[in-house]
Formats: sequence, structure tokens, C-alpha cells
Amino acid sequence: MYRLRLWSVRHARGLERVYKWVEGAMVGLDPVFSRLGYARVERPVALVERSVKTLLFDCEMCGQCVLSSTGMSCPMNCPKQLRNGPCGGVRPGGYCEVKPWMRCVWCDAWEGAQRMRNGAWIHEVLPPVDRSLKGSSSWLRVAREKAAERGHSETKSRARRIVAKAFAGARRNEPASAPLAEEPQSAVNREAQR
Amino acid sequence: MSVDPKDFSPGLNEWAPPPEGYSSGSRLERVLRQGRFAVTAELNPPDSADPEDVFEAARPLAEVVDAINATDASGANCHMSSIGICSLLTRAGYGTIYQISCRDRNRIAIQGDVLGAAAMGVRNVLCLTGDGVGVGDQPGAKPVFDLDSISLLRALKTMRDEGAFLSGRKISRPPPLFLGAAENPCVTPVEWRPERLAKKIEAGAEYIQTNYIFDMPVFEAFMARVRDLGLDKKVFILAGVGPLASPRAARWMRSNVPGIHIPEHVIERMEKAEKPGEEGKRICIELIQQIREIQGVAGVHVMAYRREHQVSEIILESGVLAGRRPVARRSRVQGQGRPAGEPRMEG
Ligand code: SF4
Ligand code: SF4
Repeated sequence: MYRLRLWSVRHARGLERVYKWVEGAMVGLDPVFSRLGYARVERPVALVERSVKTLLFDCEMCGQCVLSSTGMSCPMNCPKQLRNGPCGGVRPGGYCEVKPWMRCVWCDAWEGAQRMRNGAWIHEVLPPVDRSLKGSSSWLRVAREKAAERGHSETKSRARRIVAKAFAGARRNEPASAPLAEEPQSAVNREAQR
Repeated sequence: MSVDPKDFSPGLNEWAPPPEGYSSGSRLERVLRQGRFAVTAELNPPDSADPEDVFEAARPLAEVVDAINATDASGANCHMSSIGICSLLTRAGYGTIYQISCRDRNRIAIQGDVLGAAAMGVRNVLCLTGDGVGVGDQPGAKPVFDLDSISLLRALKTMRDEGAFLSGRKISRPPPLFLGAAENPCVTPVEWRPERLAKKIEAGAEYIQTNYIFDMPVFEAFMARVRDLGLDKKVFILAGVGPLASPRAARWMRSNVPGIHIPEHVIERMEKAEKPGEEGKRICIELIQQIREIQGVAGVHVMAYRREHQVSEIILESGVLAGRRPVARRSRVQGQGRPAGEPRMEG
């Protein structure tokens, strides 16, 4: 919801904390998820994630959440889906070039970032979105990444490795933006499977 | 090293790696790294399949600039492609800047095109996000925006420095590119524009061409912040300027072309003038002269949409060349040079 989304940016600091907490909980649940199998929990967790984040952020379930690096203003709501800052066409007063009735997602992101503890993350160069992950849970992806850092299985995908290397800074802050962990089939190309 | 050699020279070893300390060795890169005040200009792309139309548009610019920008469907209006224009001109000995917009092509197309362009001798690229399709001549087109200007910069840097596509697959001869990006210092959020510039440098930008500057105080504030952040030491900034045709055209541009900021006093000055066209040129020359004095500015980029005939006068009268004869094109062999722009494909 547009109004709620603007509210979220105004409360970026509090939400940053809540969001970190949720992500932390997900990481903590890794043993449980691993036992149940990430493939099996994908669908229910994605459902919860979609409901909560659609309400608060107009989330599009890109599967690679970077809210903590974008002032809690979801970059997928930018009509150009930019991940690295505003385009050159922002209208006077901070309105969107493409949808003039809407606040520029990136002007909001900038304001949100000022309120956040890790606001400086907005300066990190983020990789392009992996479109095959649309519809999958970003929370589970973060959980898998943190587990992978502790030595679980790593991907053999050359593409993922070069992206993780070329965008090393982004991976440090937002592991889901350049993931390296093995993923269950159910987390890839979910839209295509529907 | 002299600025003389062309970006592409048939007969020389086209695959010679760039010289030490250079990314591409292109003419534009040499001019900038040698600390000269660079001049670039935008070419009006033809709606035609005739190469002579390209050369005709390039000829007057080549006399006064170091490199010619070929726009990539700017304003989402369809014209001859940037890669086509750059290939033609580069092969004929001109210095070119290949503009790549993220609006129309996905990462597969862009990476392939960049290799193709580099094989044709194109060395300078300018990474852009692109205007939305809605302002163009075919608003029903599908907007792509698979990458953004900043991830595009990093992708091309990875191709050049790591010798790999975003798929991880190896590139046997990486493209020697001089990487550029745009910046728009005078539009919202102005406080954040210098930080965004820093992000572009971080992503790989080596030179910047700005959008139109008409508001000197805002641009000066931008440059002051750029210097504070030490960015002028890390990137070459070419300030964008252009002549306005009439007060009406200026107002139209301001409200219809995305990202253009023209202060009211500039338009008023044109309204009072007897010959608005001449006044537009005067204003442009004065802006260039003021911009040139600003510390940290490495050159100017002239965008004279439909006023290309004024470009050479503007540049010569502004005195920025300081007697230098730029070399967007030199005849192939001294003494027996062909007339500038005569199309003759080689190699
Ligand atoms: S960045 Fe992706 S996952 Fe996060 S809110 Fe936006 S669409 Fe949803
Ligand atoms: S104005 Fe802002 S929201 Fe609109 S397309 Fe540009 S960056 Fe995206």
C-alpha cells in the first residue's frame, strides 16, 4: 500500500531493527529449516513473507531483498527498477519521472537511509537482480547464505561466483543480493513454475 | 605520448593492448589524462540507413571536438543506433563515444554489443539508465531496465578487467574500454548527486558527462562538494552545455524532457533578446567560459539538439580550445588525406 510504504520510510530506523531481527531469527532457524528441508519450507515462508512485506513495502518478492541498503524503500517500486540510486529524471519536489503522482522511490530511500544505523550501506554498488529468483523467499535465502558462510554447501554456478566477486561489497551487506549457497529447485524460477 | 593516433587505425595492430596507465588509449582518454581541457559533442542521429547522413552530421563536429557522442535513442525516440553510428565513424577515423542505455536491451544483448563495438574499434562508452519509454515516439514499447547505469558500469569493468561475462564465462580478448557515465547535478535530490557520483566512480566510471548545466550556483555547489569528497581527482568531469533555440523551446524542454532544469532568469533573458537564437548561443558561450574556471572540471560536452550548426562557433568563440586543434578526425595519411567523412570501410 502506497501510504503504508511512505510510513515505512519515515520509520526506517525502527523497521531496520525489526527487519534485522526477523532475518536473524531466520538465520537462527537454519537447523530447523535444514532438517525439514529448505525445499519444503520455501512455499509457506514465502507466503508469510509476501503478506507482511507487500503490506509494509509494496514488496514484489524479487527474492533478493536489499531494503536495509535502500532506506527501507523497496527499489522494485521504482518504474525503472533501479538498484543503485535515482535516475536523472527526478521531478522537482522529488516526484517520479515515469509516474509523476508518486514520490521518487530513491528520494525516499535517501531520506530513509539518513535515519538508519547502517544508512551508509546505500553507497554500496548493488548487483543486477537475478530475475529467476522472483517469487522466492529472500528471508530463507539469507538464512542459507549465513549457513553457507559457516561451511555448508556452496554453489558451483560460475555466474553466481563472478557476481559475488564483482559485487563483493554488496554481498557483505546483503548476502541475498549476490547469493552463493546451494539452493533448492523450489527457490528458483518460482514464477515460471506457477 | 601524443594525442594523434586514432582509436582505430587500419594497418596498425588493432589488438595492441592499451599503453601503461591507460584503460583504452583512446584519443579522448589521452586528452584527459594529459590534462588538456577536453571537448565532446553530441551527434544528431539520422532517421536514415544512409551512412553519408552520419558523416554529414559528424563532419562539422569533428573539426572542433575530441570525441563525438552517438546517443542511444535518447528521450526514448527511435533513430539510427549508437553502435551503428560509432562503428561507421570509428572505422573512418573519428573518435566516438558509444552511449548505452539500459532501457531497451537486457544484459545478454548489452554485453554482446559491447564486444561487437570494441571489435569495430570503439573505445569510449557511456553507461546510462535511459529515460522512460513514455516520453518517446513509441510509448507502447516494453521498458527493459534489466541493469541500471551503475550495475552496467560494474559489468563492463568486469568484462574488461576480469575478462569474464556476468555468466562467469571467459572472454579471450577483453574489450579495452574507457568507461563513462552521466550525472545530473542540477536536479532533485541535489544534495545526494555528489554521493551518487561517488558510487558511479566506485562502480568503474573514469569520466563523467553531465546533463545540461544552466544553473551555475547549483553546479558550483555540486563541484565544491565533489572537491570536498576528492572525487575530481578520481574522475574526469565534462560539464554538459547547449544552446537554447527560443524561450518557447526552453519552456517546452523544461516541462517535457526528463531531467532538464533551466532557471527562470535564463528564459527571461532570452525573451528580452531581439534574436533569441543568437542569445541562446551567447548564453551557452558564457556558461562554457564560467564552467572552465571551476576547479575540477576537465572539459565540456556540447549538446545542441537541432542546432548542430552552432556547435563549432560556440566552441571556437568560447576559446576553450586555447589554440589547440582537436582531432576527432585526422586524415588517414598525412598529405593524401581523403576528404573528412568519406565513407570507405576497411579491415
Ligand atoms: S527488495 Fe525485493 S524482497 Fe525486498 S521488499 Fe523489494 S521486492 Fe520485496
Ligand atoms: S524518478 Fe525515481 S522512482 Fe522514478 S524512475 Fe527515476 S529513480 Fe525511479
